[in-house]
Amino acid sequence: MLKLDNVTKVYRVGAFGGKTLTAVGDVSFDVRPGEVVSLIGESGSGKSTIGKMILGLTPVTGGSITLDGAPVRPGKEYYRHVQGVFQDPFSSYNPVFKADRVFQMIRQAYYPEVRETDWAERVHATIRDVRLDPDQVLGRYPHQLSGGQLQRLLIARALLLDLKLLVADEITSMLDASTRIDVLNLLAELKERGLGVLYVTHDLSLGTYLAERTVVLRHGKVVEMGLTDKVFGNPLHPYTRQLLAAVPRLHAPWEDAEPVTDCLYHRGGASGGLSEAEEGHFVACARLDGCPE
Amino acid sequence: MSLRVNDLKVYYKTLKGEVKALDGVSFEVGDGEILGLAGESGCGKTTLAKSLIRMDGRMRHTGGTVELDGEELPIGDDRRMNAFRFHRVSLVPQYSMSALNPTRKIGKMVTELLRSRGVTPDAGKLRGRLDAVGLPHEVLDRYPIELSGGMKQRMVMVVSTLLDPSLLIADEITSALDVSTQKAVAGALAGFRDDGLVKSMIFVTHDLSLTYQIADTIMIMYAGRLAEKAPAKEIIEAPRHPYTRLLINSLPEVGVRYAERKLAGIAGSPPSLLNPPKGCRFRDRCPLAFGQCEQEPPVVEVAPNHSVACWKA
Repeated sequence: MLKLDNVTKVYRVGAFGGKTLTAVGDVSFDVRPGEVVSLIGESGSGKSTIGKMILGLTPVTGGSITLDGAPVRPGKEYYRHVQGVFQDPFSSYNPVFKADRVFQMIRQAYYPEVRETDWAERVHATIRDVRLDPDQVLGRYPHQLSGGQLQRLLIARALLLDLKLLVADEITSMLDASTRIDVLNLLAELKERGLGVLYVTHDLSLGTYLAERTVVLRHGKVVEMGLTDKVFGNPLHPYTRQLLAAVPRLHAPWEDAEPVTDCLYHRGGASGGLSEAEEGHFVACARLDGCPE
Repeated sequence: MSLRVNDLKVYYKTLKGEVKALDGVSFEVGDGEILGLAGESGCGKTTLAKSLIRMDGRMRHTGGTVELDGEELPIGDDRRMNAFRFHRVSLVPQYSMSALNPTRKIGKMVTELLRSRGVTPDAGKLRGRLDAVGLPHEVLDRYPIELSGGMKQRMVMVVSTLLDPSLLIADEITSALDVSTQKAVAGALAGFRDDGLVKSMIFVTHDLSLTYQIADTIMIMYAGRLAEKAPAKEIIEAPRHPYTRLLINSLPEVGVRYAERKLAGIAGSPPSLLNPPKGCRFRDRCPLAFGQCEQEPPVVEVAPNHSVACWKA
């Protein structure tokens, strides 16, 4: 459905844009209907830039992004199928207006022909779909609702459209542990109904909970990707291993990451292209084809 | 005992009335102990951390006492607290990026800060502390904008502990950091205690698995009250309070998959603290609630160092 081919993004930085910074370099993967793909990376890995390019908020420098074969053309038709939800629910709403205004805006833009009563019915049904009680959330201002409620309303807003792909960029990082899991379970239910979800996060445990496939990014390049079980069950790249070792766990004290060896990855951060280590598991690590380490 | 908090009550003054953010909390922190403080938003953990160092304008100290090394902390008296701040109690704030002066080089800022506290700067000591958290000495000649988030956070930690406070409060210091930086910062924090630079520490976070990594004791709060307090290993492996259990069960871990084991959140939301319900405050969301929960459960020590406020515990 969504396909990224050798996508590259170069930003101009410096006082007069004299320098360039490659935020995303040569990234290719796809998202199929009914599938959650998690995009994992630390700050500066380019994960949000990829989300923005898919949403058409920033143009690609090289490569192509296509949805069902058609290139990304930001506009009403494209946003009917692709929507994004972002990290901070409190800055996604206009505090001056009631939160349910986001539903009205969808109607004005996409469904002006739908009658008021039919629309209200549709909104109510969708709100119940995201496990909220319409009486509790409609007619309220953003500050009267909790972060989890606001986040779910944004998902409901996206669902009112003819949605194929949802880009969820760190949508749970501002929520409490107890509400976070509700939002994740909701995404899983939507996935089972055929929605494709690109779940962007820095939190490995949240990524593994939902995703069929995982893409690990570092400095804008894919270091490891494939089926989640394989990537996290048998991490091959030293960076993935290091990330996994740094995740705080319950029931097990922190282990030290395996000692840093002098490999290509550690010297320059640059590693070769992706090669298939096992079925459905790709790694960009020179170790696989005879690392000089 | 280095810190002893007895029936502490701190209310917020609002137009609608008093918000009872901290409503009768008692606990102790021993010498060399790291206490992890966890709970959902609005449970009173930040209010507790703030009230031990500096109350903001809306907070009122309505009851209870705080004793540090046998001496009472005048937490309700902003002026008298000044003598204690940084010398005896210190804080590492959540947003290090806004804690450093952007217009000064870091070395100059530290010197100015120390002078304002009437202390002569000791360059050798400062360098030693930078080594302890793994920062190069050159950071002193840099502006905050030239440091990464993790470096800034560690720099703030060095500044906060430069006067060897007895108690250090770390309020959500890792929530804005990446996993690997988070590990380095948490490790540096535990190092302060191991090296005896600070006597005891309160580590506030909403991330239970991170607290488990560095705390000796974990205290779970709910709606301004203590729910459960026990040694870290015990509270994670054998939680007694239903709230603690639900909280632990809602944590996704690496390897847990939706398809295999579906985690559940905690239904409902914490009660309003303007008029908190009588009796057990967790009652409305609790799967075990029964008649007796209409009375307030006392905090009972069910095992050595393991206290729970629940009738069913």
